[in-house]
Amino acid sequence: MYELFTMLSFFAATFVIGYFLISRVPSLLHTPLMSMTNAISAVTIIGALLVFAVRTGLIEGFLGAIAVMTAMFNVVGGFVITHRMLKLFKKTGSRE
Amino acid sequence: MSNGTGLFIDLVIIAILVFGIRLFRTPGGARHGNLAAALALALAVAVTLMRHGLVQTEVVLIAALVGAFAGWLVAMRVTMIQIPAMVAFQHGAGGVAAFLVALVELMRISADAAAIGRISGIIGLLIGAGTFSGSMIASGKLAKKLRQTPVVLPRHNTILLGTLALAVVLGVAAFSATDPAIRLGLLIVLIFVSIFLGVFFSIRIGGADMPVLISFLNATAGLAAAFCGVIIQNKLLIACGATVAASGSILTHVMCKAMNRSLLKVFVGLKPASKVKVETAPASAMHFSGAPGGDAAGSKEIDPREGNPVDRAVSALRGAERVIVIPGYGMALAQAQFKVLELMNLLEGAGKTVKFAIHPVAGRMPGHMNVLLAEADIPYDKLFEMDEINGEFSETDVALVVGACDVVNPAAIDVEGTPISGMPILMAHEARQVIVCNLDEKPGYSGVDNPLYESENAILLFGDAGKSLEAVIEALKA
Repeated sequence: MYELFTMLSFFAATFVIGYFLISRVPSLLHTPLMSMTNAISAVTIIGALLVFAVRTGLIEGFLGAIAVMTAMFNVVGGFVITHRMLKLFKKTGSRE
Repeated sequence: MSNGTGLFIDLVIIAILVFGIRLFRTPGGARHGNLAAALALALAVAVTLMRHGLVQTEVVLIAALVGAFAGWLVAMRVTMIQIPAMVAFQHGAGGVAAFLVALVELMRISADAAAIGRISGIIGLLIGAGTFSGSMIASGKLAKKLRQTPVVLPRHNTILLGTLALAVVLGVAAFSATDPAIRLGLLIVLIFVSIFLGVFFSIRIGGADMPVLISFLNATAGLAAAFCGVIIQNKLLIACGATVAASGSILTHVMCKAMNRSLLKVFVGLKPASKVKVETAPASAMHFSGAPGGDAAGSKEIDPREGNPVDRAVSALRGAERVIVIPGYGMALAQAQFKVLELMNLLEGAGKTVKFAIHPVAGRMPGHMNVLLAEADIPYDKLFEMDEINGEFSETDVALVVGACDVVNPAAIDVEGTPISGMPILMAHEARQVIVCNLDEKPGYSGVDNPLYESENAILLFGDAGKSLEAVIEALKA
């Protein structure tokens, strides 16, 4: 019960903080924002790694490996593309 | 590591993540914010490895390297117009990871483990698998590998609800099954049902509603991660998932509001009646064949009004002091943003002010238009949000619409009962003159005729937007 409570409060607290911060992101940056949060959602990489914290069977290992692969694809791809996108934004007169 | 230190470290990582999001106010800050978020995730992985260790290091390493390399490769090659498809695909990858993690954990967990963990696992499985298939459909549509028009099956809502109900029943059955083999079987069936659910959900959503769908999938991908976090009792997963869910929810809400549609209407396909006549348009004698993406042989169609429209556009621009450009997805399709830049430079060189008015739903995902213009080297301080710039149209000499229709349709204000009535629009019609560079005179996605085209001060350049702008630029230079 205690665990449930902490987990719920973690969810609620971060949701609320995230909500407030993100509602102040200008629409100029909405695409990079989504692309970055998309990379953050690949935090499931932690779960995928934990599959391998104990000895796995063949099927578990196979599923776990795919999870690691897709999560890594998501996390690396997401952050790299966000970085590339944000580098495109330039102010008047600041040509690289 | 004691419990207290562990919690402290988790909180520090979450603080870095939150700080990163806090930096998303300006493009410069956002660059650091993105790096901060990446750092937070890297730390989260490092901490996990330190706490638990790995048994089959080589398997993990190979899988991680393959995934990372593929992600990097794709991210480096993708062009800005492909971003929505790429982001949708990434949502899908996140969905796969989430439902696989949930599946493995559910296979391991014993039937008498805490109910909350098992319930979360099952929900995570459902949402993850649905996000995966829904995103794949969305990505296919955005990449034009699938038809963009909504695919509506007979009794679509019944099928959708039926699939959802089946998923719930399977979930409950898997929850109460005590035999591991039966439980596994049920979970696998549940995955397939959830995949179908995602497909039925997404295929019905058409091109211009994509910003809503992609934002919604953003939220569900986060939610799936958070549920995975509950089953493995990992606070970092919960926190990150919740943040993403919050972000996706906000974007979904913003998109719906900007389209004047409720989430439910977008998703259950209460698509407005196909065509609404707004005014008695002058006889549709002039008919333009508007094959999308077709060649622009007909770039200089005959304007019903006097004079060559290119000449009229040129003289309007020559006489203008203030110009506001309104880009839409049509600009992206025609890849006309580079022509827009050229025109902007030309006009600014002649001492005129040029600004850009960006409607929130222009493009295929939230903020897409800004990225496309940034790619074309148009400085971001010239890009203005709808609310910032709408007051300026009445003092503007020329509003230049490039590949946008519904977002400048005054029928949204003047006419009751159309699908776009009440939708916030850019007030292009208030400008002294309006130049429209659209493919054809057909209504936009909403199906509502645009009275702007009939207006006295409108100059219509139908055809490929790039070619139309090219003609204007050449004539301006001459």
